[in-house]
Amino acid sequence: MARNSGMKNGRKEMSARRTRSVLSRCWQIVLPPFCSTSALWAVGTDGTPNNGTNIFSPASTPAKSIADLSIFVLVITGIIFVVVFALLFYSVVKFRGRAIDAGREPAQVYGSTQIELAWTIIPTLIVVVLFLATARVIHAVQDAPEPPDAVEVTVIGHQYWWEFRYPKLGIVTANELHIPVSNPRHPTPTFVQLLSADTDHSFWVPELAGKTDLIPNHPNRMWVDPQRTGVFLGQCAQYCGTQHAKMLLRISVDGPEDFASWVRAQQKPEVEDAGAIAGKRVFERNACMNCHSVGGTPADGRFGPDLTHLISRTTIAAGAAENTRDNLRLWIQNPSAIKPSSLMPSMKLSDADLDAVVSYMETLH
Amino acid sequence: MSSNVITVSVGQTEAKPWVDELHQWLATVDHKRLGILYIVSALMFLVIGGVEALIIRIQLMHSHNNFVSPEVFNRMFTMHGTTMIFFVAMPVLFGFANYLVPLMIGARDMAFPRLNAFSFWLSFLGALLLYFSFLGGSGLYGAGNAPDVGWWSYAPLGARAFSPGHSSDYWTLSLLVSGFGSIGTAINIIATILCLRCPGMKLNRMPLFAWLNLVMAGMVLIAITPLSAAQIMLLIDRYLGGHFFDTQAGGSAVLWMHFFWIFGHPEVYVLIIPCFAFMSEIIPVFSRKPIFGYPVMVAATVCIAFVSMSVWAHHMFTIGMNSYANSFFTLTTMAVGVPTGIKIFNWIGTMWGGRIQFKTPMLFSIGFLFQFLIAGLTGIMMAASPFDWQLSLSYFVVAHFHYVIVGGILFALFAAFYYWYPKMTGRMLSESLGKWHFWLFLIGFHLTFDVMHVPGILGMPRRIYTYEPSRGWDTLNFIISVGAFIQALAILVFIANLIVSYFKGATAGNDPWDAWTLEWSISSPPPAYNFAMVPTVASRRPLWDLKHPEDPDSRYE
Repeated sequence: MARNSGMKNGRKEMSARRTRSVLSRCWQIVLPPFCSTSALWAVGTDGTPNNGTNIFSPASTPAKSIADLSIFVLVITGIIFVVVFALLFYSVVKFRGRAIDAGREPAQVYGSTQIELAWTIIPTLIVVVLFLATARVIHAVQDAPEPPDAVEVTVIGHQYWWEFRYPKLGIVTANELHIPVSNPRHPTPTFVQLLSADTDHSFWVPELAGKTDLIPNHPNRMWVDPQRTGVFLGQCAQYCGTQHAKMLLRISVDGPEDFASWVRAQQKPEVEDAGAIAGKRVFERNACMNCHSVGGTPADGRFGPDLTHLISRTTIAAGAAENTRDNLRLWIQNPSAIKPSSLMPSMKLSDADLDAVVSYMETLH
Repeated sequence: MSSNVITVSVGQTEAKPWVDELHQWLATVDHKRLGILYIVSALMFLVIGGVEALIIRIQLMHSHNNFVSPEVFNRMFTMHGTTMIFFVAMPVLFGFANYLVPLMIGARDMAFPRLNAFSFWLSFLGALLLYFSFLGGSGLYGAGNAPDVGWWSYAPLGARAFSPGHSSDYWTLSLLVSGFGSIGTAINIIATILCLRCPGMKLNRMPLFAWLNLVMAGMVLIAITPLSAAQIMLLIDRYLGGHFFDTQAGGSAVLWMHFFWIFGHPEVYVLIIPCFAFMSEIIPVFSRKPIFGYPVMVAATVCIAFVSMSVWAHHMFTIGMNSYANSFFTLTTMAVGVPTGIKIFNWIGTMWGGRIQFKTPMLFSIGFLFQFLIAGLTGIMMAASPFDWQLSLSYFVVAHFHYVIVGGILFALFAAFYYWYPKMTGRMLSESLGKWHFWLFLIGFHLTFDVMHVPGILGMPRRIYTYEPSRGWDTLNFIISVGAFIQALAILVFIANLIVSYFKGATAGNDPWDAWTLEWSISSPPPAYNFAMVPTVASRRPLWDLKHPEDPDSRYE
């Protein structure tokens, strides 16, 4: 059974590849503006973030099948546009009223069954073709079985930040997702379960996959198998409240060794630093620990992001600011300065406490 | 039945002071006055909704802009969407239907004149309730709290936990109240068309305008009711401890989406079908030919109405429906393209072989055809659900539905304004201002909404109050905003035209366009009683028969 479907998929794959190469050529002719944008932003160099995003520079199978289908649909709709526009343009130019005709009416034509039948049947056939092509991609993306060695991540949407949990690996982190690159010969896809703690959100990283919503009481699933390493950007796409705009996503696609070492580092609990005890006390004495967790300490709040390895992340406040000492200090002192209406309260700490707690944060590698 | 209800007549109003005049407008049950009330109130809200759009566009002009706060921005897009759909598009279309349907079918008034007035005032009250939220949203003392939950107020964002205060309540009540108004109007339109046609006007001789408004009214009955039901459930959730949509207590966020979109998608057709009706009257007159394929046009409209009732979940492709549901809604959505395509072809067929006169109504009609074609094709793109997984909730979708609503509906409305303004006021709108209006609006429209597709493709989600400079969306957004201001300028030209022409326009006479439907057989503006003698028709174009006794339509039908 599995073998059969594998073979069928293989055949499909080959014919699909053929269509794809033809289509991508059409694509370059039909839509040069989009091609140039994809050429501009498609380069995802390792390590440095690829700041632009483009649904037409896919780096993962779901995004790739979507992009291929999209090009197919664009070509068909493009042809329809050219034909109908030509008819419209021709009739406007050719049948414009002229001064000579003043006072005379043209021949009164009431319709034509043959012509109307033609422009009913042809569009119907086009719809059938488009539907079949689409249904294939829907099935391929949505119904892909999960291989046993897939990486599993649970994404939980919160008002204005992302919680990432790796149940198999025992890791909890936030806002910056690390996943392994998938080698075509030895695929390591990542399967994502999508949950929400409050309102609706939507997980969208255009170059890896289409978006899927995170809805309370309605668990969703999606998957990606990135084909190249690098940082991929995305953000919440479903309006979720005041700071919907600053609920950004960074996906770091790591090589196998990088990913393994990242996992090892994240699995470690907090390492107590004697120099930061004062800050740790401030953290535990105030309400910080009601909302935030630090692995290996009494702090086990779940309302805000897990801070065990805060410093391993490049941004804070769901991508709203870079993770620097100054920004951290500002964020703790007055979150509204970075992200108005974020749910993190201003703790009104004294300057000394503020410096101490920031120093403590800086030990959370 | 209706004739004894109406006491207002043109002769009586002339000598009275303005208080009486005002009183007669407020207490009127005349379908023509109510039609004008609908249209004028819609124009007022068009300006308000337009200003909200401009605030949105100024804020997005460049990255990290601080023109308004995030809260204000979110209120602006919520109010803009709600206003434009419920208090501009629907009332203005109801206004035209109210004004024109009785005139086109040779009736004295609508079937239920009092219900007609009641419906108008209900929807106007709805609009006032929505805008009162600016004052009452946080209970007056903290003035300034319009709803900020988006025009579809997805659960659980509309629940009390996430939308405290009363801003969402004003939104809910506003839609509930105006919804009842819409249902009243729909019943009225259906009853009028089915019962009050003049002698000889069989269903297959009705102007397409009446046919399409009949279909639209039927759709309103089916589409508005689930919305009203959902609003009542939301009120129960918010005040009576219900848990329909309260996810924290086991309610369903997805249920709200179904309720909203089974209203929301037919609503698009409720708005566009009356615009098809405008096109089906205006294009033939300015092409000097009858509509091409009348029976097919009717059949296609009925077909659109049926199919559009089964496409709602294409707004929900990203919510994680299973692959069969996604395939089903892909198929039904693409299928709507067929009857819609037939319509576009038939309008081109009407122009084909004609002698097209490029008066302002026709310019806007051609603009409609061009833009509606593109809007339909981007619709097909998003009907392909995987493509929609990328495009949905992005600026591409914003561009698409503005292509429908502005490029389609608003262009058709402008055509209707230029075409029927002479009938309503007795004065022609200025052709030269009309051409300025058309070209400015066309340029502004395309600058804004053509460009707007691109940031969607580049990953920009909708409803964000700002974006990072590094994403490469700055230039595109700047161009989009510039286009918005050009459109605003065009609207100013339009309003100036409406006002100036009212006082200084050329006299229209009964039939300025040499048209063929019954409304052009009586004076402009028509007397309160409409027809001095009940007309009798023998074909779809009674005035053609009258003008061409040697070659009447009635011979061929």
